[in-house]
Amino acid sequence: MSEPILKVENLEINFHADGQTTEAVKGISFSLHEEKVLAVVGESGSGKSVTAMSITRLLPEAPVCQVRGSINFMQQDMLTLKNRQLRDIRGKDIAYIFQEPGTSLNPVFSIGSQIAEVIKLHRPEITDVKAEIVRVLDLVGIHDAEKRIQAYPHELSGGMQQRVMIAMALACHPKILIADEPTTALDVTIQKQIIDLLKELKTKLKMSIILITHNFGIIKGFADDVIVMFRGKIVESGPAEKVLQNPQHPYTQALIECIPRLGVRKERLTTIQHEELEKINAS
Amino acid sequence: MKLLSVKNLKVYFPVRTGLFQKKEYIKAVDDVSFDIEKGQCVGLVGESGSGKSTLGKSIIRLNSITSGSIQYAKEELADKNNRAFMPFRKRIQMIFQDPYNSLNPRMNVEAIIGEPLDIHFPELKVSGKKKRTQRICELLEMVGLQADHTRRYPHEFSGGQRQRIGIARALAVEPEFIICDEPVSALDVSVQAQIINLLDDLKDQLGLTYLFISHDLAVVEHLCDHVLVMNQGKLVETGEPASLYQSPKDPYTKKLLDAVPNF
Repeated sequence: MSEPILKVENLEINFHADGQTTEAVKGISFSLHEEKVLAVVGESGSGKSVTAMSITRLLPEAPVCQVRGSINFMQQDMLTLKNRQLRDIRGKDIAYIFQEPGTSLNPVFSIGSQIAEVIKLHRPEITDVKAEIVRVLDLVGIHDAEKRIQAYPHELSGGMQQRVMIAMALACHPKILIADEPTTALDVTIQKQIIDLLKELKTKLKMSIILITHNFGIIKGFADDVIVMFRGKIVESGPAEKVLQNPQHPYTQALIECIPRLGVRKERLTTIQHEELEKINAS
Repeated sequence: MKLLSVKNLKVYFPVRTGLFQKKEYIKAVDDVSFDIEKGQCVGLVGESGSGKSTLGKSIIRLNSITSGSIQYAKEELADKNNRAFMPFRKRIQMIFQDPYNSLNPRMNVEAIIGEPLDIHFPELKVSGKKKRTQRICELLEMVGLQADHTRRYPHEFSGGQRQRIGIARALAVEPEFIICDEPVSALDVSVQAQIINLLDDLKDQLGLTYLFISHDLAVVEHLCDHVLVMNQGKLVETGEPASLYQSPKDPYTKKLLDAVPNF
């Protein structure tokens, strides 16, 4: 297999506040290969979003937050880069989509001007910015793009807003797209559309995706590999199909079990017994 | 026994009501009729914008209706004035979607749960301070929180715990009928399972009736005896979840079913 495009080794993230230290991530390692989808699954508080943010150092600087280990992206260690070098990578080579499109778009600028900002900053060689905006909006399935450029975020539905976020992330042809719970705030039908869209764009633009989610349901048929995080540690990892079919760790099993499924009617839903898992995890 | 009977309910919202402009309406709920039996859990599914929340809110008069009839326990709600409607606010309660926005950040748990008690059980406030506190603790324990949480504020709780506070608040007035508007959509899958189990237990324990609004068909199948599918303000299909999901007749129901991740 080829060299991974992103390699994270022994990543540790600690937060310091009020004289207390919180260990958010406790020494995890994983790698992402070209044109592959890696799913990071876990509950809130498991450290998955913090891991994603640390990749381009979006977390607060030391001493509030300490990141140790190595994050290797195309032969560069992200943790030792200067801010200027980081700015060239953020948004250009590694782009993000966040959970709530409603809060991540700026309400006082039209969507066109928000997409233009990314293009002007990272691709100064482009002269016809407007044509490029129309092209990326088209790419994410927003019809009538010429008209929609003028629209403000509140004039769009949640699904449309998320498409705008994706358009903005893709405007610079990133090598890695980090999608942090991209569909959690959306309806099931829209959720399916967005996942299908990401699937299609992945092949079209030859990028790698890190998909962060708490829902095992959406990764089937989309993710190639999966890592399951619990309290800052990776408890299970492997090919997505295998983990879904035959989960080994009790936490993974519980996480899959607690989702109600169509056609399988149970008296009660299984809930996760955190105390028991804590014991297994400690030993 | 029929608890709620909605007939030909219409809720229209006016748009563009200028002096010389033609009046136009958004038909949020368009000619909807259905019944809910006592002790049932009825699911109401549809995507956002289909009018399901508007329908739920109309029942408890959080938005006004255009025409139609809403009968609750054989009494017509639609032509009652606000004062006459008051007792029904005690009998019908609502649980909201987003536990982060539906609790007042400046009120502690005691104030949040105590407020409906003060309105609907004024005798507690006057004579029975001790009883009032006791009742609040009892409610907290009923939803799986600790009695000593009364002095805490919403931001000190996790999403699942906040939703439990919202449920305790709804239960405070001893309602018969609860409208749950997407109570688990904003929660993690594991927390979602806990809240669903809690709602299920409370229903048996207190003999409640639910109208459960959701876009998640799997959750509705798990919890509900009957399902209503709504699209663009209209009811497109109704039935028992198992048979409805096995052979959906309406194309929209099919589309919703296709979108559910199966694994």
